[in-house]
Amino acid sequence: MQGAEHPPAGWDRQARNRAARLARAAPLARGKQVDAGQAVALLEALIEPGDRLCIEGNNQKQADFLARALVQTDPARVRELHLVQSVLALPEHIDIIERGQVARLDFSFSGQQAGRLARLVEAGRIRIGAIHTYLELYARYFVDLTPQVALVAAQAADRQGNLYTGPNTEDTPVIVEATAFKGGIVVAQVNEIVDRLPRVDIPADWVDFTLVAPTPHYVEPLFTRDPALITETQVLTAMIAIKGLYAEYGITRLNHGIGFDTAAIELLLPTYAAELGLKGKICTHWALNPHPTLIPAIEAGFVQSVHSFGSEVGMERYVAARPDVFFIGADGTMRSNRALCQAAGHYACDLFIGSTLQIDLAGNSSTATKGRIAGFGGAPNMGADARGRRHASPAWLRAGREARGEGTGTMPRGQKLVAQIVETYREHMQPAFVEQLDAWALAESAGMELPPVMIYGEDLSHIITEEGIANLLLCRSPEEREQAIRGVAGYTPVGLARDKRMVENLRDRGIIRRPQDLGIDPREATRDLLAARNIKELVHASGGLYEPPKKYRNW
Amino acid sequence: MEKFNLEFDSPPSPVGVRSTLCGVVSSGNLEVLVEAGEPSHVCRVEVNTSAVGFRDIWQAVLADFAASHAAGGLSLAINDAGATPAVVGLRLAQAFETSTGGPT
Repeated sequence: MQGAEHPPAGWDRQARNRAARLARAAPLARGKQVDAGQAVALLEALIEPGDRLCIEGNNQKQADFLARALVQTDPARVRELHLVQSVLALPEHIDIIERGQVARLDFSFSGQQAGRLARLVEAGRIRIGAIHTYLELYARYFVDLTPQVALVAAQAADRQGNLYTGPNTEDTPVIVEATAFKGGIVVAQVNEIVDRLPRVDIPADWVDFTLVAPTPHYVEPLFTRDPALITETQVLTAMIAIKGLYAEYGITRLNHGIGFDTAAIELLLPTYAAELGLKGKICTHWALNPHPTLIPAIEAGFVQSVHSFGSEVGMERYVAARPDVFFIGADGTMRSNRALCQAAGHYACDLFIGSTLQIDLAGNSSTATKGRIAGFGGAPNMGADARGRRHASPAWLRAGREARGEGTGTMPRGQKLVAQIVETYREHMQPAFVEQLDAWALAESAGMELPPVMIYGEDLSHIITEEGIANLLLCRSPEEREQAIRGVAGYTPVGLARDKRMVENLRDRGIIRRPQDLGIDPREATRDLLAARNIKELVHASGGLYEPPKKYRNW
Repeated sequence: MEKFNLEFDSPPSPVGVRSTLCGVVSSGNLEVLVEAGEPSHVCRVEVNTSAVGFRDIWQAVLADFAASHAAGGLSLAINDAGATPAVVGLRLAQAFETSTGGPT
């Protein structure tokens, strides 16, 4: 038998490189434990020029102490980094770029840092590989973007280096698995070292160093929506969604976006939807963070199961007290997992519904605006037809029949329902419907190969506005699709430019349905329909288990 | 601030219109005052708005209202604090219902 030709450098260069890094760091550690005061020296010892580096930057949980240490490293030693992380959330994630220590960036979402990032890109200070969807970035962790060093955050470690992530597990498992099994180095900041962990989320032999951070890691309360800010228009569009979409298709498995529009739907389930007799028929199984606005629906018995991407600040006790609904370990606390929940939302849900800033005439939607490179978080994986799906459900099959026609001989196949819910004008009279997305101008100014589109028009099945619901699945030509979109675009320039006869024809065919076509009187769309009208009522609905962050407490 | 008066043909409203005030002048909201006016086939509207430059949209929203309601002989006074067309449409419908004692 002929063996492969042995490369001159051998087959274990990664292992030898890893051993060299660990040897450089060994004097700074006692076993795996490193003092917080040695953090900068540890990073300088471990990181090599050109490394792919992940600073755990989740949607919510942040390895903030290690990020602060990184921006104190010597730029002559820690340089030419390739950042590979889902979220740029902290100022330090941008500071490290401004300090000239980063050559390239691959990420998913930048939220509050979007403006600074755009300025650095326009000034040629950083090259962006791509703005990924979450699953896409995690997938590349296991192909061509494997981190050489990962800086992660956990709630606690034991003396062996096992990690307990707590409810905000988020990206940690996927980051650590990719890094640890490809010769990389895993450094974890923890809030405390304990003798015995409640449970092991990451085994010790995947973790190289633990540091107790001087302050607990930061978690952003990203999914708290104060019901007091929900408008009557949002109540109306929520009624349209429940009656014209959820009830119509019998949607039981779904994901909601983050905004007030979908929070309104959650708060109408125990009231409006229950009155329509929909309890048990819709919204039973969710891929969703523990939204405080879902509490009344859970308490009303609407909800059977919720798997979460992350957790939510203040929801920990409530979630732990509802183990039949949430994914709770034997230790009694939730484990979230962003990668698995993204997969769940993509493959196992029949509906995604969320909001956006702009929709064009082909139904493409984006939250990108010029001067901000923000990315999209979870929406693109949720809001895309799962071409790999092979299991049927009534809602999925019906959407497929509507999109493909009933013709005999065509291969039966379903389709995901993907809905955008918007008021035709946003605050400050910004139209939600546009001839051309700002994403084009952003792509031009930032030299991007693709305009950043959140949800492609071909994946979009429904648009809901205060003017009604447009079913794009039933449109049979690009012209019909355009008029269906114009037909719910209200008094925006796009809406005013509709072909009125064609829109009336679409309405006759049920492609556009007005509130009155659905038996909804807009005058009944009042905030009285909300199952909770403020944060205090959410706390009350939870039986006092929900503990909202201070900034949401005004009593 | 911007102020203008508009007129629309509209079917005569039911007799016995009650003077009605609907909504509040708070950010993103508006108040609509409905009173009996004349002539009976015209709906007159006075718009006071904090948002400048949206007269064409007011024209379109109010024309649709006058076409879809029997609003002839009504006089409307609107004080707007930056409401979206969706909110304007809702308040007009609410004010009409209250002032005429029932839905269209």
